[in-house]
Amino acid sequence: MSAEKEPLFSSKNIKLLTEPMNDSNPITVQVLGICSALAVTVKIKPAFVLAIAVVIVMAVSNVVISLLRKTVPPRIRIIVQLVVIAAMVILVDQVLKAFLFDVSKQLSVFVGLIITNCIIMGRLEAFALSNKPWPAFLDGIGNASGYGVILIIVAFFRELLGSGTVWGFQVIPESVYNFGYENNGLMILPPMALIVVGAIIWIQRAKNKKLVESN
Amino acid sequence: MMENLVNIFVKSVFIDNMIFAYFLGMCSYLAVSKTVKTSTGLGIAVIFVLGFTVPIDYLIHNFLLREGALVWLSPKFADVDLSFLSFIIFIAVIASMVQLVEMIIEKFSPTLYNSLGIFLPLIAVNCAILGGSLFMQERDYNNIAEATAFGLGSGLGWFLAIVGIAAIREKIRYSNIPDPLKGLGITFIITGLMGIAFMGFMGIKL
Repeated sequence: MSAEKEPLFSSKNIKLLTEPMNDSNPITVQVLGICSALAVTVKIKPAFVLAIAVVIVMAVSNVVISLLRKTVPPRIRIIVQLVVIAAMVILVDQVLKAFLFDVSKQLSVFVGLIITNCIIMGRLEAFALSNKPWPAFLDGIGNASGYGVILIIVAFFRELLGSGTVWGFQVIPESVYNFGYENNGLMILPPMALIVVGAIIWIQRAKNKKLVESN
Repeated sequence: MMENLVNIFVKSVFIDNMIFAYFLGMCSYLAVSKTVKTSTGLGIAVIFVLGFTVPIDYLIHNFLLREGALVWLSPKFADVDLSFLSFIIFIAVIASMVQLVEMIIEKFSPTLYNSLGIFLPLIAVNCAILGGSLFMQERDYNNIAEATAFGLGSGLGWFLAIVGIAAIREKIRYSNIPDPLKGLGITFIITGLMGIAFMGFMGIKL
């Protein structure tokens, strides 16, 4: 424990935090964790709560797995990972039920589905199993926030265009409606989430040519 | 009775389609849908796993976990509620079922086993499977036959969706798509359009 006297926020560690926001975003580049990302994005509030829940679950389980990485035999690692994640998710679920009951009702099964959210498993496999707790913690926070950012962007557009509100507040004034503006009901329906994410991917890749796929 | 089962089955295939209505199982749906052959294999595996796990989890939910479920052991347990354990138990059931399916496929179809590769173990973390069990719990089906119909129906719906998108992706390889949209982007948009098409089933009253 002497060789790496790295400062806590060395450039390598900062990169762990910022990389997932753009170049290796879990949703648009690594294609992990799409499942829950799309269904909860009708309104910003549930999307935000789910993003926070994922940040907590991911940071803690990354640290736990990283601490256990030398003691867990590789053959049973998947079960160990699932148990750690499931235990964290149960905690988060109980807290949500206690303090934010209406949001927890809206999220319905999607809190439970954090367990099978592939980013968490994916990052545990790819990063936490071979790194020290502190970088693993940063990696967890970084990836979960990269996920949360996309969630909130999608939710923002769907809520704004679909119901004319942001975080439940009316932002499109009444007078615009009197002119004949209508909320786009299609945005509330599930398929539009996919198309919005498709558009985000398009914009991101148009700006960042090295992400373009060949086929 | 029979009519009711058919209703639940059709509803879970078309109206409450796992992919188009709830986006469950998207990760493997996007990753494995490059060719029709592999996606057919994965789709069948999903039908199989869902068809088994949903009824098993139904029994576990109703005879072990829900409030008052332990009465058959002793009336003392009437107000024991273990449902907070359901996540961990469901995932354990799923993980062991997946292991079983993996062994069966390896035995009977080594080519399929090789082409599915890493994605078989990933069924364990396929949200469609856990989602199936959680929806079963939330919707409170009356008996095990209904739960089975729901499980098989959701599996079939997932199967249809992945085979459909794989067929489209095989064709689309020859079309001229803007570079940044190639691959992932266009797949998302096609899935969205397929979802809109599937919404046409929503008007059906069952």
